[in-house]
Amino acid sequence: MTAPLVEMIGMHKRFGAVHAVDDVSCELHAGEVVGLLGHNGAGKTTLMKMLAGVYPEYGGTIKVRGGKVVLVSPRDAQRAGIETIYQHLALADNLDAAANLFLGRELRTRWGTLDTHRMAHETGKIIQRINPSFTHIHLPVRALSGGQRQTVAIARALYFEARILIMDEPTAALGPGETRMVKQIITGLKREGIGIFLVSHELRDVFDVCDRVVVLKNGKLVGTTRVSDVTEDDILGMIISGKRPGVRAETPEPSTAPA
Amino acid sequence: MVSMLLALLAIWIALELLTHGLFLSPRNLYNLSVQASAIAVISCGMVFVIVARQIDLSVGSLLAFTGMLTTFVQVNWLDGTPAGWLISIAIGIAAGVVVGLFQGWWVGYRGLPALIVTLAGFLIYRGAAFLVADGQTIAPLDETYQVLGGGPAGSLGVRASWAVGAVGCAWLGWQVWSTRRERAKYTADRAPAWLDVVKVVAGAAAILGFVAVMVSYPNRVELDADGEPTGMGIGTPVLILIGVVVVLSFLAHRTRFGRYVFAFGGNPEAATLAGVHTRWLVVKIFVMMGILSAIAAVITTARLNAGANSIGQLAELYAISGAVIGGTSLAGGVGSVPGAVVGALVIQSLDNGMVLLDVANARRQILIGLVLIAAVWFDVAYTRRQTR
Repeated sequence: MTAPLVEMIGMHKRFGAVHAVDDVSCELHAGEVVGLLGHNGAGKTTLMKMLAGVYPEYGGTIKVRGGKVVLVSPRDAQRAGIETIYQHLALADNLDAAANLFLGRELRTRWGTLDTHRMAHETGKIIQRINPSFTHIHLPVRALSGGQRQTVAIARALYFEARILIMDEPTAALGPGETRMVKQIITGLKREGIGIFLVSHELRDVFDVCDRVVVLKNGKLVGTTRVSDVTEDDILGMIISGKRPGVRAETPEPSTAPA
Repeated sequence: MVSMLLALLAIWIALELLTHGLFLSPRNLYNLSVQASAIAVISCGMVFVIVARQIDLSVGSLLAFTGMLTTFVQVNWLDGTPAGWLISIAIGIAAGVVVGLFQGWWVGYRGLPALIVTLAGFLIYRGAAFLVADGQTIAPLDETYQVLGGGPAGSLGVRASWAVGAVGCAWLGWQVWSTRRERAKYTADRAPAWLDVVKVVAGAAAILGFVAVMVSYPNRVELDADGEPTGMGIGTPVLILIGVVVVLSFLAHRTRFGRYVFAFGGNPEAATLAGVHTRWLVVKIFVMMGILSAIAAVITTARLNAGANSIGQLAELYAISGAVIGGTSLAGGVGSVPGAVVGALVIQSLDNGMVLLDVANARRQILIGLVLIAAVWFDVAYTRRQTR
């Protein structure tokens, strides 16, 4: 069997006295969508930020295709084929789609200046592929709709041929039609063999697109399970009570659920 | 930008009427162009600072410090050295770079607010300017150096001025045409052709009108074959300013540095997550400001033919006002270099016009303060409309 696309082993991250992520391990295979679930503050986003190279230091081991990597800057993660689509999309509102798509990795002419022609051209091409109705690529992204902004963020990941994609709440700010579009994109990427970590609050979305889920609570791993083996209630139980299905003796009291 | 140009035009007409034709005389416009150049040079750099959500209150003091250093070295150490004036400028600019590294390090790597660091700098460099020559004024300066300050010896003359004007018109036409062509390639909508024509015609008229006024100011030092005065033409400080505008516009639109300054100002988190070295970016911005302050110091001292530790007072506020009046948003992410030139021209025109009207210094300060409030109010109203 080939090595998993990503292995995260014994991950740790502290912020002062808070143990945001405490000994969490998980893996991701090619063509697989793994959902990360848990309450706010469960450690999902922190875990993903470690993989995205956001933290200059972290505890634990990350392997990509079986080889150990050290991801201490966003550039390290990009080099390892990891692209991230953040919850707030991380777009510079005052710049246009092309400037955002190539931010940090601008195409340049042979004199080292920005090749704005080629960047506009490439942006037009890739956005055409994802969302043909979107043509305002020269407008500042502040002027775009939620779905169009999402298109820019996804285009950024796709252009650089990510093999590993992290999506943090990709449907949080979207209407039903745009949510459907994003799910279609996810399914398409999966078929191309891309591995996706999906951080989400929407159980519906998770059941629609994920193969497995990783559930966290208070920074600790509750468990990992195949979506096809469980019901939505099982997953909810894991999120709320922090118990694995099967271990569950009785239905958890609603009052024990943290606010 | 267009509204600012109209405001400038209104101010000019009002001052022309109030001064009974003194304000728009060739002599005064020549002086205005030279005075405004030093402030405009700093204003252009201030655009980058403010776009990146920073501020620099130290530039006036830094102007005095680098100006003192340049003139002190030139007169006391390099007198008689070939191209000594050039070396003295290099030393002033090097000092600007060092100060920029110092301030940028505190802001970028130590996380102190730019307001505090540069407010401290405001005091430090003013004091340092005094210490360079123990409070003495340094004069006279090298004759070649004085050319950089304008005046009869420091102007282009008739023929070269028209040549500069022609180059300017050609560049404007090419710029509008190539923008139009690029737009047509990638997007459906484009500005109507007549608007572009108006742009080119109005721009060319402004450029050629400026040259015509500059050459009609008689130069009574340089005489022609018949012993008649020649035309003064464009002053060297204006040429320096044009150079600065070209370089900074290029940086803003064609380099990663400029792209990152705007991205950082638009969304600092996005820039960081995209792998931009934001701390080093902040340092580079302050280094650029140091260099521009030193250049403005050269213009100022060369024009005065003296180095004095009192020069550049209020320059930081005029430069910030110029940038803001020229459309740079204090919220970050928005600003333009040519806009800052227009803004600096607005401020300097008011100052110059009120001097002609014999308005006392105290009253001039009050009026310029009020104009600044009006400009920032405009900025706030604009930003609110954008984010609604």
